[in-house]
Amino acid sequence: MEGKIVTEGLNAYFGEVHAVKNVGLGIKQNAITAIIGPSGCGKSTLIRCMNRMHEVVRGARVKGKVLLDGKDIYGPATSPVMVRTKVGMVFQKPNPFPTMNIYDNVVAGLRLNGERDWKKLDTVVERSLKLAALWDEVKDHLDASGVSISGGQQQRLCIARALAVQPEVLLLDEPCSALDPIATAKIEDLLFDLKDKYTIVIVTHNMQQAARISDHTAFMYLGELVEYGDTKKIFENPDKELTEKYITGRFG
Amino acid sequence: MGPSKPTKSPRRPPSDWDRLFELGVMAVGLSTLVLVWALVAKMALDALPSMERFGPGFLTGVVWDPTKEVFGALPFIFGTLLTSGIAFIIGVPLSIGIAIYLSELAPPWVRGPLSFVVELLAAVPSVIYGLWAMYALRPVIANDIEPFFKSVLGWTPLFQGNAVGLDKFTAGIILAIMIIPTIASVSKEAMRAVPDTQREAALSLGATSYETTRIAVLSYARSGIFGACILGLGRALGETMAVTMTIGNANRISWSLLDPGQTMASLIANNWGEAQGIQLSALIEVGLVLFFVALLVNLFARLMVGRVLKAVPSTGVGL
Repeated sequence: MEGKIVTEGLNAYFGEVHAVKNVGLGIKQNAITAIIGPSGCGKSTLIRCMNRMHEVVRGARVKGKVLLDGKDIYGPATSPVMVRTKVGMVFQKPNPFPTMNIYDNVVAGLRLNGERDWKKLDTVVERSLKLAALWDEVKDHLDASGVSISGGQQQRLCIARALAVQPEVLLLDEPCSALDPIATAKIEDLLFDLKDKYTIVIVTHNMQQAARISDHTAFMYLGELVEYGDTKKIFENPDKELTEKYITGRFG
Repeated sequence: MGPSKPTKSPRRPPSDWDRLFELGVMAVGLSTLVLVWALVAKMALDALPSMERFGPGFLTGVVWDPTKEVFGALPFIFGTLLTSGIAFIIGVPLSIGIAIYLSELAPPWVRGPLSFVVELLAAVPSVIYGLWAMYALRPVIANDIEPFFKSVLGWTPLFQGNAVGLDKFTAGIILAIMIIPTIASVSKEAMRAVPDTQREAALSLGATSYETTRIAVLSYARSGIFGACILGLGRALGETMAVTMTIGNANRISWSLLDPGQTMASLIANNWGEAQGIQLSALIEVGLVLFFVALLVNLFARLMVGRVLKAVPSTGVGL
């Protein structure tokens, strides 16, 4: 198996609960991979294993390998902090830092790395907000609080914040589930534009969304990877009966 | 099934009992105003002879001499602010450290029992702290801690004189110990109230444990932590028993922490028994000053907390 991120025999647990079972998956570079499946199928847990965010939950464990550019991110020489600067994440609910303004939210990650050069920070703010398709809407009030803008804008701010540290991979955990259709469409457009530069993995329970924006789709059920392939094939001619049942809305 | 029936019974006219209930609760509620008024009015009335005799100079007077009947409150205002300041400087960092450990790092089986112990410490009567300070803490302070500070900082005015252990230093330390449980447990609650999504936001940017605490937890919980600190300061300003037992009770101003001193509270506790006439009136005026200092600190705290809260709109998604 090959790809930007490759999981090998990946198992994830919450205490006794076996949330992800022996998943092997290769995420292609500069493409959008959607992970679909019914609630509780382990799709969020799976991507949280890809930037070592799974283990921050108490009692959570991971077994198996996750290779980023061929190197195991769970290897002894790798720190979660390093992994997370390369593999950024956007969460289900927009979570800008409420005590910071828009500008400071965007550069929060850079400031952690000790960046103090005003000119550089200014450049990064503009570039990241433009990438996140938010620049035109907020450029005149960058000093407004990060939570003073709408939910959809907040989520794009979170995308800008994740992009500002220049990750190689962007993981999105149901990023539109708290947003209205217009805000959702904006985020989908923006992800489509981002895939030239980034490798994108998006978890979604919205099958239309997966069909619209992704190049590859993985279907998970009860912690197992049922089927993985080109989005077109998964949605039009899946190999597994279970996949077809889910796609056609007969369960889930 | 037919059309649904109204589920609520029609509203009955208010009964006499209802009216009585409402009046009763209102009376109890408004009685707090009466209490404050009664307190301040009585104190002001009894302090009047002293106010008339000494005027505003009472606040700046440095002599407290019952035989000559000259009274000034500055040494005690000074003592109160100094000991509370020491308590604040020592207590706040320790408390916030404890709160961070309890909220962010301690595993659940440590957090539960340890939080309980911290809260238990807040409930220990102050006379117990005073006794402990006199018999357990004082020898250590007099024999080890104060000599150490004297050897390092002996060149500053803060550590002049002999290390005896009944002084502003000891009073400040016991005050610090007494305010730690309050500040730590309230701060911990403020930090526990920070949503995990904030921590995840920081972690996903590559923040370390310290950085996550700083940018996601402390900044989000800052108004709560600030409020906790002011709560602690309020306790330190008014604390009487433990301070009276450890401060050495000397009615003069001295910058050296190794000299005995007096706070407004300890002055009143030490002297009210024998005081009469103008001295009693002066003591009551000191009490009035303490009352207003505490009031000002609380007002200031509320203003600050309000300002910080305003900076964080609570309406946004993801809060």
